[in-house]
Amino acid sequence: MTTQAVDEIKIGGIGASRKRVEDDRFIRGKGNYTDDITLPGMLHMEILRSPLAHARIKSIDASRAWEIPGVHLVLTGDMMATRNLAWMPTLSYDTQAVLATDKVRFQGQEVACVIADDPYIAKDACEAIDVEYEPLPAIVNPTQAQAPGAPVIRDDKENQPDNVIFDWEVGDKAGTDAAFERADVVSKLQLHYPRSHPSPIECCGSIADFNRATSKLTVYMTTQAPHIIRAAVALVAELPEQMIRIISPDIGGGFGNKVPVYPGYVCSILASILLERPVKWIEDKSGNLISTGFARDIYLDGEMALRKDGKILAVRMHTESDHGAFFSDAQPSKFKIGLMHSAFATYDIPFAHLTARGTYTNKAPGGVAYRCSFRVTEAMFFQERMVQAAASDLGMDQAAFRRMNFVKDDDFPHRTPFGFLTDSGQYAKCLDVGLKAIDYDNFRARQAEARKRGKLLGLGISTMTEPLGAGNSREYDILGIKMFDSADLKVHMTGKALLRTGARGQGQGHETTWAQIVAHELGIPAEDVIVEEGDTDTAPFGMGTYASRSTPVAGAAIAMVSRKIRAKARKLAAHLLEVSEEDVEWELGRFYVRSAPDRGVTIQECAMAAYSNMPDGMEPGLENTAYYDPPNLTWPFAVYIVTVEVDPETGVWDVLNMVAVDDCGVRINPMIVEGQIMGGLTEAYAMANMQFITFDAEGNCVGSNYMDYLLPTAWETPGFELHSEVVTPCPHHPIGAKGIGECAAVGGPAAFVNAVIDALDGLGVRNIDMPLLPDRVWEAVTYQRDVSGAPPVRGDE
Amino acid sequence: MYPSRFRYEAPGSLAEAISLLREGGDDAKVLAGGQSLVPLMKLRFASPELIVDINNLPGLDYHKQDADGTIRIGALCRHAQLERSALLKDKQPVMAAAAPLIADPIVRNRGTLVGSLCHADPQGDWASVVTALGGSVVAAGPGGRRSIPIEDFVSGPFQNALALDEIAVEAVIPAPKGTPAGGYLKLERRVGDFATVGVAVAIEISGGTVTRAGIALTGVGGSTISAGEAAQALTGGPLTAENIARAADLAAGAAHPRTDHRGSAEYKRHMVKTFVVRILSRVDGQPAMAERAA
Amino acid sequence: MTIVYDDTSEDTGSVPVRRIKFTINGKKKIAEVEPRLLLSHLIRRGLALTGTHMGCDTTNCGACTVLVDGKPVKSCTMLAVQVDGHEISTVEGLSGPSELHPLQEGFKEEHGLQCGFCTPGMMMAAKALLDENPNPTEDEIRWALSGNLCRCTGYQNIVKSVLWAAEKLRGSEA
Repeated sequence: MTTQAVDEIKIGGIGASRKRVEDDRFIRGKGNYTDDITLPGMLHMEILRSPLAHARIKSIDASRAWEIPGVHLVLTGDMMATRNLAWMPTLSYDTQAVLATDKVRFQGQEVACVIADDPYIAKDACEAIDVEYEPLPAIVNPTQAQAPGAPVIRDDKENQPDNVIFDWEVGDKAGTDAAFERADVVSKLQLHYPRSHPSPIECCGSIADFNRATSKLTVYMTTQAPHIIRAAVALVAELPEQMIRIISPDIGGGFGNKVPVYPGYVCSILASILLERPVKWIEDKSGNLISTGFARDIYLDGEMALRKDGKILAVRMHTESDHGAFFSDAQPSKFKIGLMHSAFATYDIPFAHLTARGTYTNKAPGGVAYRCSFRVTEAMFFQERMVQAAASDLGMDQAAFRRMNFVKDDDFPHRTPFGFLTDSGQYAKCLDVGLKAIDYDNFRARQAEARKRGKLLGLGISTMTEPLGAGNSREYDILGIKMFDSADLKVHMTGKALLRTGARGQGQGHETTWAQIVAHELGIPAEDVIVEEGDTDTAPFGMGTYASRSTPVAGAAIAMVSRKIRAKARKLAAHLLEVSEEDVEWELGRFYVRSAPDRGVTIQECAMAAYSNMPDGMEPGLENTAYYDPPNLTWPFAVYIVTVEVDPETGVWDVLNMVAVDDCGVRINPMIVEGQIMGGLTEAYAMANMQFITFDAEGNCVGSNYMDYLLPTAWETPGFELHSEVVTPCPHHPIGAKGIGECAAVGGPAAFVNAVIDALDGLGVRNIDMPLLPDRVWEAVTYQRDVSGAPPVRGDE
Repeated sequence: MYPSRFRYEAPGSLAEAISLLREGGDDAKVLAGGQSLVPLMKLRFASPELIVDINNLPGLDYHKQDADGTIRIGALCRHAQLERSALLKDKQPVMAAAAPLIADPIVRNRGTLVGSLCHADPQGDWASVVTALGGSVVAAGPGGRRSIPIEDFVSGPFQNALALDEIAVEAVIPAPKGTPAGGYLKLERRVGDFATVGVAVAIEISGGTVTRAGIALTGVGGSTISAGEAAQALTGGPLTAENIARAADLAAGAAHPRTDHRGSAEYKRHMVKTFVVRILSRVDGQPAMAERAA
Repeated sequence: MTIVYDDTSEDTGSVPVRRIKFTINGKKKIAEVEPRLLLSHLIRRGLALTGTHMGCDTTNCGACTVLVDGKPVKSCTMLAVQVDGHEISTVEGLSGPSELHPLQEGFKEEHGLQCGFCTPGMMMAAKALLDENPNPTEDEIRWALSGNLCRCTGYQNIVKSVLWAAEKLRGSEA
């Protein structure tokens, strides 16, 4: 390398904590969120929702609504049915009602919508629609769903005699059963991971704009996956795909809530086509919480076969997942329960068997969302809760038990118990860092001493590796579309560049970090690269941003397209330097002659040459596109350790310390990576402490607004201590990055729960379902028993 | 999220406001802080036909102490003023304890104590505090003013004793005769949550004897609960571990909580008892009976 | 502003509106509004200042926080008619003609935002805090912002952003 290479950190390459490009507009209040957009002639849509969880619709009378001045259109299920739009396909090969026709199947389901001059009038008109319901019994958990005589919720479907959606199985039953026979100890655990909701602060919405003169449909939409939406709209609305443009403007948080296709989008599109005017639909928070893609709501029956020295011999899991009224999960089609079978990838366990059943209930549809990486949140929560119980059953130290069973550094590539291939990691080192940071031995001493005085301190560990970057085309698709991603890079003649990808950030900082990859590969300063995402007319096809897949997949595509550009630039450099290509060397930002290093040309000079001084026979220009089909998933690793103090008299618990050790491979922008971790830890804390959706026996939703669905504020949220010492680059990713967006939400909750359970050690409490509300903890302490949180919520006898 | 239509008036004088209420009758509501009324209207749980906005009425944003020690809080005094009040910190520890716990800091800039009493939410904190302190509300109507004791003023869940043409203009806390002590504890899962359980304990001590006591409970019944028997158990002698424990038991017995997603009835009664003990254990001179977790 | 409605029925009558005068970000305005119009909608739609966001319908999230006469208020829980005779400040008024407010700088320096949706409300609440308390502790900041919800950041960097701004404001007054 000569002294003329540019300084990578100075130009904002990989490893630079570059300040964010996005901030400039957001701090000025000049963001461009969907509700900020106004189109000429725009009308407003409001949705009328069902107050009942399960009921036949006897009649809908919208005559009074039509008469309200300012009302343009009232849509009901019958009207949608005449256009074959009352039902739409879901991303899981089921169907979902757009507007209810025969029955309502969950409280909050869309029954009608009104389009009017302004949303106040639209709401007035919704109130004037009379719907007559005939209530039916409501089902609020999988046990009720499968009880003999239970009403069939999906009586609209042929060949659906009951409420079971699927049975799925993976692993080695025979080997697992045999291992259990050999076990010295069998550790069992049952628990419920409650229904939660991603609840970004911005709700969902769309502005559909059908232009009759051009036949083009443009839809502004809060979507994390605009290309998937375009495909879905083409199929559902039967419009030609090239005439559909989906624009995803700034998004105020996604977390998986903004992936599915919602009835509101479909209604706004139809309304725009009928009225030939733009139609805006922005839901309110109650609508968002009660009807859009929730997360989790799944039961575990887990068993672990153990040798008495602590070696895990086998794992058996049975899960029952509650999918609500329609099976609409956004996940790879081959895996009915997402990547649940990534559980126990951290540990060297020879045998495992998982059976999974999914059922319908009278609740909103969904299940895969909320920083879950396709149910990896559930997998790792179940894993670490089972590990906690097992160590406790054996009387072993929690850290020692994990360390003993970890996959060792030189065991990679490693086949996990359920058949994934992990490729890299330094698990023991991460655990070392975490234990040192929390001052482990000292804490245990203090804990023992405090217990003598009746004070309950607890420490919880959660260690996990999770699969990110779905995924390779052999195994991964959504609705048959493979899960690659893309990058399109245009280098202009002055050496500035425009980069577009098929991803769609919602706060992860893509506009900042993608440019850093280009800077790393080409030496073009990051500030000279503008990044655009979200417009299907200009962005290359991609499957969007969720499941932490963008750095692993789109990020790789960006590196690859940059290398294609660099390869062409090398030819241009050779031409400019009048040497053959073999004599040209590259250093950051510059090509030079190997035998005469002072003779060189910058990447900017190559760019200019691409337009003005090409060698004979070369196509002009310096632009390219790359589509990246990842060869494998990536496997970041984390250790989360939490210490708490529990007040046994009130059940209130406070976090004393929270340590996070994350190994996500190469960090493009350390500042942004830390921001992602802290966000995920907060969501882990929220789920462990206060946040959940539940239902009473009539199917009424508790947690359908922010008075009952509790997000922690700055006052309750603990501080975090983050560690980045351990870096194990991904062996197959072009820049060694693994992705990070969801790790803390995946691994975090178990750390909090394990800490509280640890504080209660000796009181005979193995499990308290999340959230660990004060009354639950108090009940556990006082009665020395496990506490379940599964619906229906308890009421007075 | 969109209220239904209504007529709106913003009178500049109390007489005008009363006259408008007279006109509106059943269909009129007073708007002060609006932090309870406007949310209800947005959800269309309330659809008044006439809103009488009293924010322009002059001279109602005070809170002050008379020469004899009576504390008066005007109808437009915001929670935030009470949270910052040196007067309350000095003279009214129970109120000072409650003020920071009302809703959240931004809502506290608009919401009013008097408005909160009128709203009479069983999960409202101020009603318990004023009940424990034996306070009253001054109502102004066409015939003049009258004083309504708080236990009559809050007449049921979301019901108050005002006539249709009356406006609550002031809350009055009687001057303590002894040294005031006590506090307010609220079990909320996060800032801004409604109380799972709230307990107000207000006592006055003279020469080592508890000369007056009031205990009131939030969120554990159809309406604010005044635990009279429990208060009685504290009065007439020194504060001792025994009578604290007895008061706590009686207070728990006076509660009628429901089992719901916030907890079992048993837990809520237990928390009433725990809070009574903790509040009284912190009164000067008492040995700490239960250490609160950090 | 001219309001035009489709003439779809015979006698619509007129919807009563009220004339209000107020100042927003230092500019005097007159508006004619229905009494039921929320202040947040006056700001976003009537004045086309879309920096103030709406995130919930139960007065919890604080994304709509603006300053009314210098005090933070959730604009979704105030009627537009109530600002008659008052002063409103929104995020658009934070920066001067050529420079950003230290809070805006601080949020960028300390990575205090990710999706940006809660950020205007946070900054307005923080501004009111710093106006009253130029040297807040971390606890005081967390307490003052406990009416504003954030889903992305975990609050730790928001606190650092406010501390950064507080230090800069104190330095520039020295």
